[in-house]
Amino acid sequence: MKFFNFHLMPYRHADLDAIGRNGSAWVTFSNRHYNPQKGAELYHDYLDQLELADELGFDGVCLNEHHQTAYGMMPIPGVLAGALARSLKRAKLAILGRALPLLNNPLMVAEEYAILDNLTRGRLIAGFVRGIGAEYHAMGINPAYSQERFAEAHDLIVRAWTEPGPFAYVGKHYQFKYVNPWPLPYQNPHPPIWIPSQGSGSTIRWAARMRYTYCQTLSPIAAVARFFQMYRDEADKAGYQSSPDQLAWSNTIYVGETDEKAVREARPHLEALMNYFLKMPTEMLLPPGYTDPASMKRVRAAKVTGKPQSIDDVIKAGVVIVGSPATVREKLAEYQDLAGFNTSLTKTQFGTLPHDMARANMTAIAEGVLPHFRDRLPQGTRREAAE
Amino acid sequence: MADHSDEMIAIGQCRIRLMRGGRGAPLVFLHGGGGIGIWLPCMARLAKKFDVIVPEHPGFGASDTPDWLDNIGDLANFYLDFLEQLDLRQIHLVGSSLGGWIAAELAVRNATRLASLALVGAAGIHVNGVEQVDTFLSSEERRIRDLFYNQELAEAVLAGTERPDVEDTVLKNRMITAKLSWQPRGYDPNLRKWLHRIKVPTLLIWGAQDRLLPQDYAFAYQQLIPGSKAVVLPECGHLPHVEKGEEFAAELERFVDAMKVAA
Repeated sequence: MKFFNFHLMPYRHADLDAIGRNGSAWVTFSNRHYNPQKGAELYHDYLDQLELADELGFDGVCLNEHHQTAYGMMPIPGVLAGALARSLKRAKLAILGRALPLLNNPLMVAEEYAILDNLTRGRLIAGFVRGIGAEYHAMGINPAYSQERFAEAHDLIVRAWTEPGPFAYVGKHYQFKYVNPWPLPYQNPHPPIWIPSQGSGSTIRWAARMRYTYCQTLSPIAAVARFFQMYRDEADKAGYQSSPDQLAWSNTIYVGETDEKAVREARPHLEALMNYFLKMPTEMLLPPGYTDPASMKRVRAAKVTGKPQSIDDVIKAGVVIVGSPATVREKLAEYQDLAGFNTSLTKTQFGTLPHDMARANMTAIAEGVLPHFRDRLPQGTRREAAE
Repeated sequence: MADHSDEMIAIGQCRIRLMRGGRGAPLVFLHGGGGIGIWLPCMARLAKKFDVIVPEHPGFGASDTPDWLDNIGDLANFYLDFLEQLDLRQIHLVGSSLGGWIAAELAVRNATRLASLALVGAAGIHVNGVEQVDTFLSSEERRIRDLFYNQELAEAVLAGTERPDVEDTVLKNRMITAKLSWQPRGYDPNLRKWLHRIKVPTLLIWGAQDRLLPQDYAFAYQQLIPGSKAVVLPECGHLPHVEKGEEFAAELERFVDAMKVAA
């Protein structure tokens, strides 16, 4: 299995009570709560952590994009990727991903990713996402055009990387008289494309057909297994057998000396993530038109955005893995076999977890978990599909 | 016998639901972003003096959602086709909220079939510095409560939206309303440049407690449309035709009667 260290770069000094009173850490949570001195410190801590991941033997590091929120301080992930592009010695650099529909000029992503791919001499992984619903409130982009704009921007970027320019592009949302980006990507024909999603059926189908690596965000492992099976089925329908390398599970791992100590240490920081940084009302998460009415009704019926979650809930559901090195190894192997993925996108800092604890966690994972999975492939997962 | 018909008609390739009742000069009512469910009491009253024509816009409720539907201009042009196909003349065109925006866009494009225009809590322009609720970032309950001055009415509406068949329509209407009005939020910066072209008698009816498009919007429209007249109804929110149906209908009737005297 491959291990990527995934950072959200939360503003971990945020006043949790103030987030609670506001109802969310997103869009309407005033930036009066942002202290630039503390923020600067965090950026350096977090970049240090990702550089440590490279030294510790993680296969890659991941950044992502969110806007106007204490949940993550990476509205422009390319800036941080630029800071890492020369300091990472071996690790791959993944941006998971740029939120394409938010852009009025997607050609800038073709350019940005091409620069990063050149700087890293071909170690960039190009993630494309639609962004979550809150982004459409934050950036003034019409959610009803989200899917159309994503499809068009993706096509434009891939063509810009693969068709010799200049050529003209005429879409519904984007038009260019000249498409001719300099530089071109270092990798031929272009960097690997990874598609993170919350589990939308149409996204899974599309990613499988395109043979893009599909990344499942924060979900119970049973749901992850279902979504990954959908991907394998869609690949079968498209006439090829997908590899476990095309499936990546985004998780959180915390390793302590014993199970009990690990849970005690992680509890306040993980619960801050689940119940404060992630919290948002349905109307913010799912603006009208962002997804089809059937999915909208499913989410409304489940009322997923409301209830507080404890660390025990998310451990039990297999959203996260917390425990002694032995417990973490056992759970991870079980989940790998259950869901059939071969890439773990692992958050080692989460919520309010301080720098020293995050570093200790990374070291513990590098020593007690990584070596055991280096050559491990998912076992038994293909069976259902083959039968 | 019912005082109105309720059927599907096709305008070009697009099938829409149309309610129609009464006799007299044609009065076309264009609904807002919430859609149009039922034949309202004010429509029944107006049907005694007018041929009241209430289409459900493309993209809303039982009507088709055509591929060409992207913006309010598309609907303004669609309704020019509609007026032509039904061969309506000397029309009193009334538009509420998003429907008011459509009506204003239509009147700017071509007012030859119009006798008068009434904008009711109309969207379509932006006025700086006026506090407005963001209906897209309100909970379902808050959004409905903000529509009304009288909270008993709001509670009755809330009780109704929990029915599953209504939920589908609400989601469909919300989706198309977002598509038509998310950005810029509820207006077209180009519209105000051309409102001076509206030469037909124009009435602006607003609720004094409209929280979506407060009465400053009525006065802004009044300055932009030459000779237009503004009426602000007390103890009334964003939907005067629902919340103050009698007064709303009376204002329209008085306005049309005054036109006859003037003629």
